[in-house]
Parts: sequence; C-alpha cells; structure tokens
Amino acid sequence: MEQRYSPLLLTVLCAGIAILYLPILVLIAFSFNASPLVNVWGGFSTAWYLQLLHDRQLLQAALLSLEVAFTASSVAVVLGTMTAVALVRFSKFRGRLLLTGMVNAPLVMPEIITGITQLLLFVSMFQLFSWPHRGFTTIVISHVAFCCAYVTITVQSRLQSADRSLEEAAMDLGSGPARAFIEITLPILAPAILSSWLLSFTLSLDDLVISSFVSGPGASTLPMVIFSKVKLGVSPDVNALASLIIGAVGVGVIIAGYLMRRADQRRALEMQLAER
Amino acid sequence: MKLLDRPGRWLIILPPLLFLLIFFLIPFAFAFKISFADAAPHVPPFTDVFTRSADHHLHLQISLANYQYLFTDDVYGVAYLYSLKTAFFSTLICLALGYPMAYAIARASKATQNILLLIIILPFWTSFLLRVYALEGIIRDNGLLNTVLLHLGLIHEPLRIMRTTLAVYLGIIYSYLPFMVLPLFATLEKLDRSLLEAAADLGSPPWKVFLDITLPLSIPGVIAGSMLVFIPAVGEFVIPSLLGGPDNLMIGRVLWDEFFGNHDWPVAAAVAIAFLLLLAGPIAIYQYYNVKQLEA
Repeated sequence: MEQRYSPLLLTVLCAGIAILYLPILVLIAFSFNASPLVNVWGGFSTAWYLQLLHDRQLLQAALLSLEVAFTASSVAVVLGTMTAVALVRFSKFRGRLLLTGMVNAPLVMPEIITGITQLLLFVSMFQLFSWPHRGFTTIVISHVAFCCAYVTITVQSRLQSADRSLEEAAMDLGSGPARAFIEITLPILAPAILSSWLLSFTLSLDDLVISSFVSGPGASTLPMVIFSKVKLGVSPDVNALASLIIGAVGVGVIIAGYLMRRADQRRALEMQLAER
Repeated sequence: MKLLDRPGRWLIILPPLLFLLIFFLIPFAFAFKISFADAAPHVPPFTDVFTRSADHHLHLQISLANYQYLFTDDVYGVAYLYSLKTAFFSTLICLALGYPMAYAIARASKATQNILLLIIILPFWTSFLLRVYALEGIIRDNGLLNTVLLHLGLIHEPLRIMRTTLAVYLGIIYSYLPFMVLPLFATLEKLDRSLLEAAADLGSPPWKVFLDITLPLSIPGVIAGSMLVFIPAVGEFVIPSLLGGPDNLMIGRVLWDEFFGNHDWPVAAAVAIAFLLLLAGPIAIYQYYNVKQLEA
C-alpha cells in the first residue's frame, strides 16, 4: 500500500530529527575552531585535541571510566542474560515477580535516588565488613545494577523470538539441556548479547549522578571531570573531548550494527538452506 | 519439556536475583533506616538507629526530625511541586512532538523505517551529559541560535535563554524525546492495518479513523512513553544544574546540594524516601504496563 504523508507530519518528523542532531553537529564543528572564543570562527585547527593529551587529570579519569565500563558491562551481560533466560524459559518460580520488578525498576528510577540509596548501603556495609572501599568497586557494582536492565530487555526479546525446536532437537539427539543451550541458543543470542554489552559500556561510560554518589575521594570518572569543567561554561577543549567520545561511540555502534546484521543474514541463509 | 530440573534452575535464577536484591532493593531499606537517624560530625556522618546497651538489649532510636524538617522548610515542598510541574509539561510537549514522529515512522516503508529508527536511537547511544552540554552551545547568549537570528536582523539583542525555565524545558525535551518516540512506535507499528482499512472503506474520514481506532489502540505506548519521560524528568539533576538558573530548583538539585553541600546525609535520605513515595504511583503504572506488554 502506497503511503501518503501529510506535509505537517513530515515537518514534525524533520523538526524532531533536527532538534536531536543540530546541537551535536555544532559542537563537533566548533571543536575544530582555532579561536578560543566560542562564538567566532577563527579557522580550522586541531589544537584543542592536542591539548587534551597533556591534561593528566582528564587522562586518568578517562582510564578509570574505561576500566569501570569494561568490567561493569561484562558482569552485567552475564547477569542480565541469566535474568532473561530465567524470565523467558522458566514460566513459574518463586520470586519471578520480584525479579521482573527489580530488573525493570532502574529504567525509570531517578538516578539520584539510586545513587544515594546505594551509597548508604556501601557505607553501612563498610562499617560491618570493612568492604567495599568506595571507588572502583562500588562504581562497578552500581553500574552493573542499572546495566542489567538493558541487557535483560534486549536478550529477552531475542530469546522470545528464537526458535526452540532446534534446541529440542539437540536434546532429543541426546545432548544435555545445558549443552544444547550453549551450542544452539547462545549463538542465536550472541548479537543481542553483543549489542547489550555495547549499550552497557556506553551507559556506564556516561554515568555522572550515580558515580558521583558512590565513588570515594580520589576516584573521579570522566563524566565527573567533564561536569566540573562544564559547570564553568563552554570551553573548546571540552568540545574536542566530547567530539572524540561521540565519534568513537558512533563508529562503534555502526560497526557493531553492521556485523550483527551480517551475522543475522548469514544465519537466515543457513536456515533457508537447511530447510530444503 | 523442561530445560533444567528444578534445583538446576536456581543456578541461573539466584545470581541475578541475589545481586539485585542486595545492591538495588536492600539499599532502599538502608536509606529508610538512615532517614530516621540524626546527622553527626563523624564518619559516617549519622547516628546509629539501632544501639546495643550494656545489658545487650537492642535499642531503637528514631528521630522524626528529618521528616518534620521537610514540612517546615518551604524549599522542599516548592522543589517537589516545581519538579512535578516541569516534568508534567515537558512530558506533554514530548508527547505532542513524539506522537507525529512515531506515527510517521510507523507508516514509512520497511527500509525507511529502519533508517529513521536508527536516527532516533543513535542519540540514545551518545552521552547524555555531552548532549546537554551541546545544547548549551546552541542556546547560550552568544550561541548559534542568537548569532543566526541577529545576523538575519530578526532580533536586535540576544535572546536570554540560558539559565531560564525555557532552557530547562528545552533540555528535557531534547534529552528525553527518543524515550517517547520508541515505545509509541512499537505500539503503532503493531497496529492492525486491516482495521484502519475497514474503517476507511466504510466511509470514515482519516481524522475519524485516527480518533476512533489509532489513538485508543496506541494508549499503552502513550503511557509507557510518558512514564519513561516523566519519572526520570522529575528527578533530573544535570539539566537544571547546567542549563537552569537559581530559580529552577528541582528536587534532584536540592537533594544533591543537601548531600554534597550541607553533608546532611539523614535529611538527604529523608528527601529521597519522600521523593520515592511521590513517584510510587507512576512507577507502579509503568511496571504494570511493562509486565502486561512482556506477557502479551
């Protein structure tokens, strides 16, 4: 059926997309501005990018953020996938509603509440067990808690649409349920797991509020450093840093999307061939 | 057929269940407990609610002072109401802007749909903090908007947007628009086309088809999208503190200041608990629709 668009509908769509993209494009353009004045174009320059390399505080924070994001997203992928398997495959078990509620709540819970409650837990735990020290460990734990939600949702929808007959066939042929799951279903879930790992990584890399609460003295993540710089106003070196982060994430997402589509197409092709 | 025998299942269920129980749910109990403590000048900066006396009896020392303080100091009530109001109107604007967008995407051809969806989702992958910062580059006094308008001669002096209520609204709409569009798209896309065609064949004009069929059937998406915008927006901290002025005291900012500025953890805990109670209704609505959608 041929769809007709009303001009109004088209205008709103374009305006909405423009709102989403214009600020970022302007920011990237001005990160190459030679002039330190933020509203005057002084010619093309990469000076601000070079300046970043000499900012020790910034580099340290970036390293900490990358370590946190890598650890947190890796743990979250495991726990989130387990949750998805439990919710999709085990129809009834004690605590199902509790698990559904807990895994979904971080999606809407204001970060500031999560941050403050988790800090109070960590402080009370430290009093009792002398663990955990506020810093890397506590930031990772908090990030895992909210990243789990995104992993579960992504993997869950993939698992629901996955064909169970292959796994059942494998079990009929004598492989155990765990082996059938690992050899048949896990490869089908792989694209969803990879994309949720990437999403968790970027969400963790981006988190300001929760990290600010649960981190201790001396452990500043990249968003914390950026926030304190940005509070002072717009500055060209932050523009450069922001462009780098946005560019890296953008390229990562596009490559991952391409790889996943190719894997999906190959799988679809194999399925077609197998059915002949 | 069972995937695993019953005891084996718990190997998969327990790790995430325990993790979330300990590090997501139980923290609320600790916050609840500490909201009844008093601030104290040591580490950690609050008194014990439970104390053990010399004869090994457990004593409960509850102080309601923090909650009383919330009611006596105007700042909190004003900030709560202001946050609710700001979140409510931003949600309405997001809905007004996001509904036509989702509708247009749902009606596009499959190939266009994928591209448009990618365009909507991509900002979601870019840093929230950096996007708010990028918006500042547009709306500040010597930003792009004012430069262009001045150049065109449409205005003679820069518009003052930064540090105003308008900036906070722009920030929330800009940041949360994708959260509105995606659930709306999901419901609009699932809509049964034959219903629309039947109504049109029976002589219903397009606007009536929309009001009678499309709109009622998309209500779950409207609710999911609105909650995904409304609830986080009430607790928003980054946007009011970077774009807003001193008048834009949203509760997230008050909580932050109480904690990092005044170091009064028990009052901050009480603010958080009161805030959570305030949001319990909307969160329950969201969870209800979420579970219903997943089971469907």
